[in-house]
Amino acid sequence: MLTIAGKKFRSRLFGGTGKFSSPEVMKEALAASGCEMVTVALRRVDLNNPADDIMSVLDRERYLFLPNTSGARDAGEAIRLACLARASGGGEWLKLEVTPDPRTLLPDPIETLKATEELVKEGFKVLPYMNADPILALRLQDAGAVAVMPLGSPIGTNQGVLTRFQIEIIIAQAQVPVIVDAGLGAPSHVAEAMEMGADAVLVNTAIAVAGDPVRMARAFAMAVEAGRIAYESGLGAVSKEAAPSSPEDGLGFLR
Amino acid sequence: MKILCNGEAREIASGIRVTEYLNQLGLDALSVVVECDGKILTREEYGSHELQDGSVLELIRFVGGG
Repeated sequence: MLTIAGKKFRSRLFGGTGKFSSPEVMKEALAASGCEMVTVALRRVDLNNPADDIMSVLDRERYLFLPNTSGARDAGEAIRLACLARASGGGEWLKLEVTPDPRTLLPDPIETLKATEELVKEGFKVLPYMNADPILALRLQDAGAVAVMPLGSPIGTNQGVLTRFQIEIIIAQAQVPVIVDAGLGAPSHVAEAMEMGADAVLVNTAIAVAGDPVRMARAFAMAVEAGRIAYESGLGAVSKEAAPSSPEDGLGFLR
Repeated sequence: MKILCNGEAREIASGIRVTEYLNQLGLDALSVVVECDGKILTREEYGSHELQDGSVLELIRFVGGG
């Protein structure tokens, strides 16, 4: 079973709550995904729509909330969002995101490290979203991050695991759980990440924007499980040479 | 008197406390976090914190996100 900061998770699929067509679809899709931790963002209340409250839709007994700091462009903004999340009753868990460039949404490694150091001191359980940089993963781990969240590809792109080589190194070196986040657009992408030995994956866009988000959530859950079982079972070695699956002996009668 | 609430200029009566103002806006106090003049208020402070002329109020809540 996966353990992060002392908390046990049966599901290795974490969900997001953005981009769903309605709160009802989100609720049903999250239930179908089997996930036990979901990300949420913080924004200004829409004063014209005061009853629009995601917390009234999601069961906090069922899901651990992982507030994110999306929208933060530097460590200072991320820390401010983190404090607001904690004051909102979001708890100590935090997905740290520092993305100064709206075009790529790639995380700023220096500001992310700085914010991690500060927030760990403040008592947060920090899960930093990071580029797939093995050295940075170690630095974040040393700074007290309870997990690292390297990206497969940029947020919302559905491009899959473009950072395979780096994520393999991160997984080999990390002492904390590795959660592949961002860009996982198809069940095959999460299966690939899990086969590589990722501890978990986080999926939002691919489920939320699917034609049928509820069935897609189920497909992702199955792929996560398949990939994990494959990893634990030990995959065969990759070879450039062909090797017959049928016996080479016993063909004397043919020649 | 005037305050700035979520970036919008708003006219309010003087002597209003945060709890009262949230009620006027139709907001469940438990569903928002309040930052007043750059300081995050605890829920316990909502009942006692009085808004001042020129107060800058930010009302924040959780929304869907990844």
